[in-house]
Amino acid sequence: MTEPLLQIKSLNKSFGALKATDDVSLTLYPREIHALIGPNGAGKSTLIKQVAGGLQPNSGEIWFDGRDVTGLSTVARARSGLGRTFQISSLAMEYTVLQNAVLGALGHSGAVWRFFNPVMGNAPLRDAAIAALERVGLVEHAAKRTADLSHGQRRLLEVAVALTLQPRVFLMDEPMAGLGASGSKRLTEFLDGLRTEAPILLVEHDMDAVFALADRISVLVYGKIIATGTAEEIRSDPAVREAYLGEEDAA
Amino acid sequence: MSRATLLNAALFLMLPVTALAALVLDEPFIITLATKVAILALAGVGLNIALGLGGLVSLGHAAFFGIGGYAMGILAHHAQTFTPLMEAPFLLEGTKSMPVIWVVAVIAGALAALAIGALSLRTSGVYFIMITLAFGQMLYYFAISWPAYGGEDGLSIYVRNGFPGLNTLDPIQFFVLCFVILALVLFCAGRLAAAPFGLALSAARQNAERVETVGLSPYRLRLLAFVISGAVTALAGALFADLNRFVSPTMLSWHMSGEIMIFVILGGVGRLFGPVAGAALFILLEHVLGGLSDFWHVYLGLLLLLVVLFARGGMIGLAAGREVAHD
Repeated sequence: MTEPLLQIKSLNKSFGALKATDDVSLTLYPREIHALIGPNGAGKSTLIKQVAGGLQPNSGEIWFDGRDVTGLSTVARARSGLGRTFQISSLAMEYTVLQNAVLGALGHSGAVWRFFNPVMGNAPLRDAAIAALERVGLVEHAAKRTADLSHGQRRLLEVAVALTLQPRVFLMDEPMAGLGASGSKRLTEFLDGLRTEAPILLVEHDMDAVFALADRISVLVYGKIIATGTAEEIRSDPAVREAYLGEEDAA
Repeated sequence: MSRATLLNAALFLMLPVTALAALVLDEPFIITLATKVAILALAGVGLNIALGLGGLVSLGHAAFFGIGGYAMGILAHHAQTFTPLMEAPFLLEGTKSMPVIWVVAVIAGALAALAIGALSLRTSGVYFIMITLAFGQMLYYFAISWPAYGGEDGLSIYVRNGFPGLNTLDPIQFFVLCFVILALVLFCAGRLAAAPFGLALSAARQNAERVETVGLSPYRLRLLAFVISGAVTALAGALFADLNRFVSPTMLSWHMSGEIMIFVILGGVGRLFGPVAGAALFILLEHVLGGLSDFWHVYLGLLLLLVVLFARGGMIGLAAGREVAHD
């Protein structure tokens, strides 16, 4: 079997008495989508934050591409190829859509210590940015101010910026949130193709998307992974049905 | 041409037109005022790189302004008293040459900003304001208590420093010199804002998390912005000291930091020509209202209040409307 590209080993994180991440181990293999589901407050975003670098775990390790990255900063992890999208859109709101995408391309190129020539006139950066916007279907909004975008469009821009980074692994925190049915369906199709470029660790509430996309699913409840398996296995897992899916059925 | 471009051009030309008119009318004092506006605007352009682009609210920029002033004062003081700055390990003499003084001022300002910035930028928000203020005040009291260069009384320089090929004692020639420097720095600051560094720096102001996620370090971006900002403000300080032929701890006081910030806020935070408009308005008010009442600062305060409450883009924002993304 191939080596996992991303490996989380016995991760623990507590906030006072609350165990937000309780001995979590998880792997992400090349070309796969590994979905992370769980009820609200299960600690999904806390886990993603620890993988991306914004939050230090109390114990445990995060290995990326055969290297222990637990001690690295967010910036160093991003540079080594972790491409993250945020649950709550985190963009430069005064900038145009294109400027946000160019910022991503600039981060990827690393050529930020340039002080004289206009960045928006830089053809390679601009082309990379426009290509990413085209892929998520935002290119006709390129000149719009990001603050004027709809909520769903901002979600797509998050994905586009992540694309410009050409990451080795995508960490996506609820990319479908607020997209609406048709937008959600389009993005599902897009992510389906994206996995061949880089595997995706996907936190998502949209169950249709999760069961359509995920090669493997892990279920997180109260900071603990109670099951990991294929969509079929997860659907029939009694503990999962009780803890999570059952609640949804009842609702 | 957009309204903003027209306005900027008008603002920019206002200074030389005023100076020329004063020359024709034989009003050297007005030329000196125009020179003062150009120099203070330059200090504001420096602060605006940190404040406008980087979102770094520094209440300690008088430190750099004063360091530039003292760079000029100390070098010229040694030159006019014919005493060397130091004899061992090598002989270092003072100088009356402006270009040399400017280089020293810029380097001293940049180094001070590097040291102050490296520590201050570990904090943010109100703590950053307080720590920059504290550094500024530290230098202020240091200058007061250091007798070698005049202490509280400051240093007087008898003859203005020289620039090759110019008679700097002639007000109009010194004005042209200061104005050309302002123009060059404005040009470079404009290029900087639109360059890759400017895009990333301004993004770090809007959303630091976003910048980290694309693999760029907000701390390093901000530190370099602070260094450039300090260097430009120090250059303005050297020119200001030369204008007055005098440097004193007043240039280092938090009062001065506040004034530089007022230029930026009056004109419009983050607007390239904002400090030019702000400094011009400030000097105009100082001389029109100052002639009517010693308490003219009351009206300045009122104006500042109105700008902050109703015209967040400053005067330029009021006249030219919301900034369109340069694209």
